[in-house]
Amino acid sequence: MTMVQIEGLDKLLREHPFFDGMDDAYRELVSGCAANEVFQAGAYIYKEGQAADKFYLIRHGRVALEVHVPGKSPIIVDTLKAGDLMGWSWLVPPYRASFDARALELTRLLSLDAACLRGKMEEDPALGYDLHKRFTPVMASRLAAARHQLIDMYGHPGD
Amino acid sequence: MALAAVTRSISPMVPRPFRVEKVVRDVSDTFTLHLRPEEGRRAFPFAPGQFNMLYLFGVGEVPISISGDPGEPDRLIHTIRSVGTVTARMAALGKGDVVGVRGPFGSAWPVEAAEGSDVVIVAGGVGLAPLRPAIYHIITNRGKYGRLRILYGARTPRDILFRGQLERWSSRLDTFVDVTVDRASGDWHGNVGVVTRLIAHGGFDPDNTVAMVCGPEIMMRFTLQALADRGVASDRTHVSMERNMKCAVGFCGHCQYGGNFVCRDGPVFRFDRIEDIFAVREF
Repeated sequence: MTMVQIEGLDKLLREHPFFDGMDDAYRELVSGCAANEVFQAGAYIYKEGQAADKFYLIRHGRVALEVHVPGKSPIIVDTLKAGDLMGWSWLVPPYRASFDARALELTRLLSLDAACLRGKMEEDPALGYDLHKRFTPVMASRLAAARHQLIDMYGHPGD
Repeated sequence: MALAAVTRSISPMVPRPFRVEKVVRDVSDTFTLHLRPEEGRRAFPFAPGQFNMLYLFGVGEVPISISGDPGEPDRLIHTIRSVGTVTARMAALGKGDVVGVRGPFGSAWPVEAAEGSDVVIVAGGVGLAPLRPAIYHIITNRGKYGRLRILYGARTPRDILFRGQLERWSSRLDTFVDVTVDRASGDWHGNVGVVTRLIAHGGFDPDNTVAMVCGPEIMMRFTLQALADRGVASDRTHVSMERNMKCAVGFCGHCQYGGNFVCRDGPVFRFDRIEDIFAVREF
C-alpha cells in the first residue's frame, strides 16, 4: 500500500463518525490496517460461518444482515447504512461471522483487517481499550434494538 | 382557516349520522372509512390530531382519530384497526351503511407552532393515521417549515400503512421518508430494525426541531428516549396518547391521565407536560 493510499484512508477514517475524537497517532496506526472496498447490489460481503477477518465502516450504500433459510428466501434481521459499523465477530473468539452480509445497493466500505488490528491492540493495550470503548456502545445499542424487535412494538406488544 | 378556530356547532353528545361512501382495506387488520354527512355536503372542519367518537348503532362507540386531509373538510376519513368488538363489526361496514359521528374532539398537533422549524414525524403501526393530517398540512404549506422527516416503523412489509402515499411523499425533493420493518425476507429492499434506529441517523437540527410521535405506548417510550438522546427537548416533542375514552368531553373521567383527561386535554400532549406520569408504570 502506498503512502498516498494510507493518507487517503486516514482522511476517510477521520471523516467517519466511528472514529470521532480518536487520537491522531492511533488513527494513523489503524489506517495501516484499512482498505477501500466496493460491492455491487446483491453481492455478499461475507457469509455466516466464514472467518471474521475484517470489520467494516459503511461509507455509502446499505447492507442487509440476514440468515439463510434452506429452500426459502433469507430472513433479514437488520439493515445498516452509511455511517454504521458492521461486524464485531473479529473481536470475539472463534472469530466467525454470525450472519450473512449482503449489499442492498452499490455499497462502499472501509474494511479493517482483523489480524492486523488485533496485533496492534496486543502491542498497545491503550489502543485496544480505545477501540473497545467505541465498539461496546454500538454492540449494546444493537442488542437493545434487537430485543425491541422481539416485542412486536407496533402491533400487539405482550400478546 | 385558523386551526384554533375549529369548533363544534351542535351538541357534542349527539351523534350525527354519516354514510359510508367508500371502504379501503389498508392492511390485514386495518381499514379506512370515507364518510359523508347524511344531512348533505356540509363541511367537517377539524385540526390535525383530533378524533371523533364513531358510533356503530346497537353495538357501541369508539374514539378514532381523523386520518384525512384538514384542507379537504368535506371528506371525513377515519383509519381503523380492528382490535375489539366495535371495530371488528366496523370492519364489516360497506358502502351505504350508516355510523354516528360525534366530534371533532381534543387537542391538535402543533402544526402552526412548528412553522420555521424542522419537523420530525415518528410513527409506528397504525399510529401513522393520526399523524397523516399533520403531514398533509405541512406538505400543503411546505415553504413554512424547515426539513421534514417522516420516520415510520411497521411489523413487516405487508403491514406498512398508506404505502402508496409514503412512496409519493418520498418522491418529493423536499421531504425525507424512511420506513423500517421488524422482519422481512430477502425480497425486501428497505430497512429492517426498530424505528428508533432511524432517529439516530439525524438529518435535522435538534435545537430547532419539533417532533410528533404516535404509535403504541411502548414504541413511543423508546422513540422519546431516542429523540432525547439526539438532543430534541421534551418541550419540542409531542405525543398522542390513547386511553379508554367514553364521553369525549371531560365529564366521565374514564380517560383520566394524572391531572388530565386525554379526551379533553389530549390526545396530543407536549411531552414535558406529561413526562412525569408517562414514566410511571401502570398509570
